[in-house]
Amino acid sequence: MSLAPPPSREPLLAVSDLAIDLAGETVQRGLIHDVSFTVAPGESVALIGESGCGKTMTGMAVLGLLPRGFTVSSGSIRLGGRDLLACSERELRSVRGRSLGAIFQEPMSSLDPTMRVGDQIAEARRLHLGESRKVARARAEELLDRVGIADAARRLDSYPHELSGGMQQRVMIASAIACDPDLVLADEPTTALDVTIQAEILELLRELRREQGIAVLLVTHDLGVVADFCDRVVVMYAGTVVERAGVDELFADPAHPYTRALLDAVPQTGHPRTLLPVIQGRVPVAGRFPAGCRFEPRCPHGGDERCLAPQHETALPGARSVRCARAAAGEPVTRPAVPA
Amino acid sequence: MTATTVTAPSTAAAAPLPVESPWRQALRRLLRRPSSVVALGFLLVLIVLAVLAPWVAPHDPLVQDLESSFAPYTAQHWLGTDDLGRDVASRLIHAIRLALLAPLISVGVAVLLGVPTGLWAGLARGWVDAVLSRLADALLSLPGLAFALAIIAVVGPGLANVMVALGIVFAPTLFRVVRGAAMAVAEEPFIDAARSIGSRTWRILWVHVLPNVAAPLLVQATILMGLALLSEAGLSFLGLGVQPPEASWGSMLRTAYDNQFEAPLAVLPPGIAVVLTVLAFNTIGDAIRDVMTARGRR
Repeated sequence: MSLAPPPSREPLLAVSDLAIDLAGETVQRGLIHDVSFTVAPGESVALIGESGCGKTMTGMAVLGLLPRGFTVSSGSIRLGGRDLLACSERELRSVRGRSLGAIFQEPMSSLDPTMRVGDQIAEARRLHLGESRKVARARAEELLDRVGIADAARRLDSYPHELSGGMQQRVMIASAIACDPDLVLADEPTTALDVTIQAEILELLRELRREQGIAVLLVTHDLGVVADFCDRVVVMYAGTVVERAGVDELFADPAHPYTRALLDAVPQTGHPRTLLPVIQGRVPVAGRFPAGCRFEPRCPHGGDERCLAPQHETALPGARSVRCARAAAGEPVTRPAVPA
Repeated sequence: MTATTVTAPSTAAAAPLPVESPWRQALRRLLRRPSSVVALGFLLVLIVLAVLAPWVAPHDPLVQDLESSFAPYTAQHWLGTDDLGRDVASRLIHAIRLALLAPLISVGVAVLLGVPTGLWAGLARGWVDAVLSRLADALLSLPGLAFALAIIAVVGPGLANVMVALGIVFAPTLFRVVRGAAMAVAEEPFIDAARSIGSRTWRILWVHVLPNVAAPLLVQATILMGLALLSEAGLSFLGLGVQPPEASWGSMLRTAYDNQFEAPLAVLPPGIAVVLTVLAFNTIGDAIRDVMTARGRR
């Protein structure tokens, strides 16, 4: 399904040249480096990559909730024309929960175990819209109903541990959309859930997009979810964006060798008794990135002289971009060798 | 299956779901344990006696009768009389008020000092934590009673001063407990989730962190109540707490100690009262710890 909006629209979220450093005994610069992407109103954009490549960190930077020690050293994050990095903590609070909602990976630990779910959903409305306890509670009931929880009126007084994982994630979603945000950041919202529940949660998010025009920035490593749900894809590797493309183009014709390798590593049906292609090695540890292309040591095309210089993002036809000198020069990207 | 079809047909008339708050659940588990029921019952009896002391006590606790000093246990004086012929049973009953009030106020002072600072240090970390933790370490490095004595030496003896001094002595312990628990809670994703809907820090502290550190806080506070009673008795024994002719279990022990050759059994009533009450506090503290950690929230 394609929900791609007309390309002329102003982006809702524009992240440009974002760089994040880790302060500490040894300052590590450029953990996240040169990250740029946009999300248009109502659009769904995926941020994908292996664990440890900076997807979640980028999402937390958008929320302004980077963990202790991490700081944005350059770049800008604009939401609806407002530069979030220039905002005071007070201004950021008025954005979070109001025009920007967030859903996290573990629904159980993302809900306060000592608080009734109705109160947790109502919290955002009471904070941002100044609603009374009673009004916010009525709204929370509507929201619970909206996210597909049966018997919403009675569930309001439940505690998180009394709900199933899928219901907990629905409560999280209800809390994130309580103030009709323009954008919802969903950080692996289905990873902790079993497959049938995953499908239900994605279907719910899809409905919310369709009916309320909420844009979704989906952080995930699940390519199946991406293909099913997203309009455009931002592929991250070792703290930087290696490829940006529409979802159809990306799956049909990946430009970056890393994207190619990721797609090849998805198990396919219909090929019995074959070895699954894997990407050799692992993501370099933060702070020990190669000087040139960060993927070079694992790349089947590595060793080229061009790979040893820092790579730059190059625009490709069709609103795509790739960070690979070879791909930019139009050289083909082949499948990685299957290990013998 | 889509989300909308999941919405069940409305069963509006049905009874509310059996929702039990974690607190109620813990209380129910607490009341299932015979030892904590006995301890709670004992404290309840003490509270009733304290409230009804003027009516329950057989004699006026302050009336002296020098003719019958050091009377043995008799029908008229159940627990005998002291050196000035005052009825020991009546003094014991009237002293329950102090025995309960002193721990309540000193632990209250400790909570007021230790809990907000502990929450703040646990969530903010950095220099806030460094400064507050060093301060707490400095206070903890002093022996508690000696430190309380030093405070009393400055502000003078008297029950109110003793209770506040003990509150200051206990504050670092509570600070430590709350800080550690708050640090663990601050790492939980639901704190980020609360931030992600725009909650401000003080709101996160009170609404999200405090209820989640309540279990260790409650345990520590209950056990400190026992310690506070013991310390108050100790300081009153030394003559620094309650002033005569007012009775406290500590000052009664002192009187009995001073006259142990005339009335060797006189140490028993106040001594046993202190032991049983401290035991009750500790039993309840342990029981709270057991039922709260066995709760299996996640």
